[in-house]
Amino acid sequence: MSATTEGVLVEPASAARRRRWLDLTLSFCRRRPLGAIGAGVVIFMILVAVLAPWISPYDPLAIDFAAMLAAPSAQHWLGTDAFGRDVLSRIIYGSQTALIVGFGAAFIGSTVGAVIGVASAYFGGRIDLVIQRFMDILISFPLIILALAMVAVLGNNLPNLIAAMTVPMIPRCALVIRSSALSVREMPYVDAARALGYRHTRIILRHMLPNVMAPYLIMLTAFLGQAILLEASLSFLGLGVQEPTAAWGLMLRGAAVEFAETAPWMALFPGLAISLAVFAFNLFGDSLRDALDPKLRTG
Amino acid sequence: MNERTAPAPDLLLDVRDLHTEFATSNGIVRAVDGVSWDVRAGETVALVGESGCGKSVSALSIMGLISKPAGRITGGQILFKGSDLLKRSEEEMRKIRGREIAMVFQEPMTSLNPVLTVGRQITEACEIHLGHTPEQAHARAVEVLGLVGIADAERRLKQYPHQFSGGMRQRLMIAIALSCEPALILADEPTTALDVTIQAQILDLMKDLSRRLGVATLIITHNLGVVARYADRVNVMYAGKIVERGTAREIYASPRHPYTLGLLRSVPRLDEPKRERLAPIQGQPPDLTRLPPGCSFRPRCGYAVERCAEEVPPLERVAGTQHSACWEKDKLPVRAAKPEKVPA
Amino acid sequence: MSTAEMVAGEAPRTAPAGDVILEVRNLVKHFQVGGGFLGGPPQVVKAVDDVSFTIRRGETLGLVGESGCGKTTTGRCILLLERPTSGQVIFEGRDLMTLSPAEVRRVRRKIQVIFQDPYSSLNPRITIGQMLDEPLAVHGIVPERKARQDRVRELLTVVGLLPSMASRYPHELSGGQRQRVGIARALAMEPSLIVCDEPVSALDVSIQAQIITLLEDLQERFNLTYLFVAHDLSVVRHISDRVAVMYLGKMAEITDRTTLYAEPLHPYTKALLSAVPIPDPEVEAERQRTVLGGEVPSALRPPPGCVFHPRCPIAIDECKRVVPECLEIRPGHRAACIRAPGYPAGAANA
Repeated sequence: MSATTEGVLVEPASAARRRRWLDLTLSFCRRRPLGAIGAGVVIFMILVAVLAPWISPYDPLAIDFAAMLAAPSAQHWLGTDAFGRDVLSRIIYGSQTALIVGFGAAFIGSTVGAVIGVASAYFGGRIDLVIQRFMDILISFPLIILALAMVAVLGNNLPNLIAAMTVPMIPRCALVIRSSALSVREMPYVDAARALGYRHTRIILRHMLPNVMAPYLIMLTAFLGQAILLEASLSFLGLGVQEPTAAWGLMLRGAAVEFAETAPWMALFPGLAISLAVFAFNLFGDSLRDALDPKLRTG
Repeated sequence: MNERTAPAPDLLLDVRDLHTEFATSNGIVRAVDGVSWDVRAGETVALVGESGCGKSVSALSIMGLISKPAGRITGGQILFKGSDLLKRSEEEMRKIRGREIAMVFQEPMTSLNPVLTVGRQITEACEIHLGHTPEQAHARAVEVLGLVGIADAERRLKQYPHQFSGGMRQRLMIAIALSCEPALILADEPTTALDVTIQAQILDLMKDLSRRLGVATLIITHNLGVVARYADRVNVMYAGKIVERGTAREIYASPRHPYTLGLLRSVPRLDEPKRERLAPIQGQPPDLTRLPPGCSFRPRCGYAVERCAEEVPPLERVAGTQHSACWEKDKLPVRAAKPEKVPA
Repeated sequence: MSTAEMVAGEAPRTAPAGDVILEVRNLVKHFQVGGGFLGGPPQVVKAVDDVSFTIRRGETLGLVGESGCGKTTTGRCILLLERPTSGQVIFEGRDLMTLSPAEVRRVRRKIQVIFQDPYSSLNPRITIGQMLDEPLAVHGIVPERKARQDRVRELLTVVGLLPSMASRYPHELSGGQRQRVGIARALAMEPSLIVCDEPVSALDVSIQAQIITLLEDLQERFNLTYLFVAHDLSVVRHISDRVAVMYLGKMAEITDRTTLYAEPLHPYTKALLSAVPIPDPEVEAERQRTVLGGEVPSALRPPPGCVFHPRCPIAIDECKRVVPECLEIRPGHRAACIRAPGYPAGAANA
């Protein structure tokens, strides 16, 4: 062989990658302080949810008729509800419900949406057209109406709730991912994969999907906030999580109607929790979108 | 670096010991590192080299178009008609750009404004720089379109750039460049994006215009064939420095720098007599943030000696007007004999 | 020179089996532009219009032409990346258009591709090692994991890279190195035919020569057949045994490299050759050149008759009416020009 052996840059690749991630995180915090705050709140929520059994002062389901509708005090920081259950403890445990449903629905919704979007772009032609028209139909329903209809059909236990919430998310994600995937479809490395005789599923999942990671992550974080809000709305309407499970929307439902004037803390604090969570996820999602879009970082 | 001391009177553009740097995340890049060259009135000079050698940055430095704050000119002089462009204010440079020195870019579509008519893009320059009335400017626009061989000028002037084909757009760029009768045109890879038959048209046009109108041209290219056909004098750049200069004939007949020699041996020629093996330059293009000490070309050079790793070779005269920046310039082999048969 | 080129009239014949690896017969590829639902009638671009040629095992056929001439589409049809509108692509005796999807996957092992742009032809999310490992595993070429790693290292060495580069991502390599990876990926499949689609035109001059030399070495070593699609005539002449010239979807001329450059028959070939500058000022000063006027017409509205006639320096009235077939004028030398000396009179269809 007369070909030259080339290997000028020699640097341990894994160490370089680790440093790159650290650099990226630091520069994200520096350039987008709001996004960093959002991320901080999200991380705080996750910690609270995980550590709920240890940090919550009371059992969220423990009924205490001696302390019904107690105002915030040293014993019950955020007061108690009509059954004497500690509001703080219920908010802490409610974060578990919010995150499970939120992450579950957002993750499944955007992942299924992404696969459909990439497949639609990959196959093109008539398949693409049919998928797109179907997605257009689904997307023409408002998020909550479609979710309501799905819950009504499926019944409302937790898995069904997650399933119902993913349905309106799938088409929204599929449309966004498809437009990115269309440009990936034109990349010679996809042609190369076809020329190598790979099956369609392999090309879609292994060669195209990882290259639409940026829009996928953006959709995922955007859906997280929406899903938490949607779960709260459904619970508020009585179609979501059922009593006595601790859930923010459910707490609002019990509080807002009857006790808005006599015990405002019952509605105020879960409401704040919902707003803060959605706001934090949206801040983080927006900053992530600004950071990843429109110049997507490759590699 | 600079082998001249007194300014020659007939020099239109005299770049002396120019340094242009860019701050990147990987450190300082000396894109142009002490480069001196000149253009005389009416002649065609080439800056040749591969991507990243500093040839385009040289042109942008002359135009005062180095993007700040990442890039800055850290030293040297750019004498245009005897006065230093680096000492001019931005206001004064605006009057020189387009009026005295015009530029033609590689990608004509991106350098034309898509929402203005072609006519407007030509007349605008004439009105700003020459103080033409709209009527005068229009007459001038018709005239320059004729010069660059675009027929039916009146109708064409009302059209938009997207209505022109690639070759026509490049003619248009040249027409705009010529509209204010500049003394110098900087052409940065003017034909790289064009097909070979269109490339031939455009280069012939530029050569012909430069002869007829006496405009000097600086052509920046990586294509050695284009240089051989159109340039009077050649500067070969590598890693921010000029490694060899001379008339085109001198350099092609007996290159005195291993990089030039390597380039000439690594391009297949249309007139090569039989299927010879190419002799590629080994290794990778230089990483400007991590240049080796001594001669930048040393890691890829087949003729390197110990001295090359220690001292940067100066650009010194070899013979005639030919200069080379190589310690071993006198020991390089003479180029292989010319092939005998040439297709028409 | 070649019996494979004995293609006469409207019925091309196959050469004796065994030495012909690929035969393209009357290949047509039309693209629809616009139109469709409520969009009015779609327009048709004839990207490739009745192109026929053969390639013999171990040789390199150069396919040249300017942008929009259909050379890349021809390559993509052979790779089955586009479905031809009509015509046949016969690879090792089998018409690829008639194969089942499973058979197509098998054939694809044997026809590989090297792309122009070394930056977009490698998946940025996958390491070089994974990229070369994957085809070996998917097709069961090297089923055992340990042996696969050895094979990946061997492939990297074959194309002149260090085996340690397997752990790198594409963005950590230079353009030339990436192109070597692209070549290694094609070689992993142990192909017999490689379609090289402008493999060096995105590279720097000094790197171009490295890749050309590598391709030549590999051809010798593994008895590869190349279809070398490029616009640079100097490069094509250097690497090819035979050269085909395309213009606006049509085959203009095809013959061996020496004849094509010494005695071109088609006026377009002559103009193309004359437009290429030679890196030698003394040679350039003496050259007589014919510079073509005008530009390549839009493929949406190709001129009637011979597609080249509006730019042709020797066109006559008949050229505006008659579509010239690409016919054999001398042994192994086909050209599509009724003005070419020796072109059979009356052979063209009006």
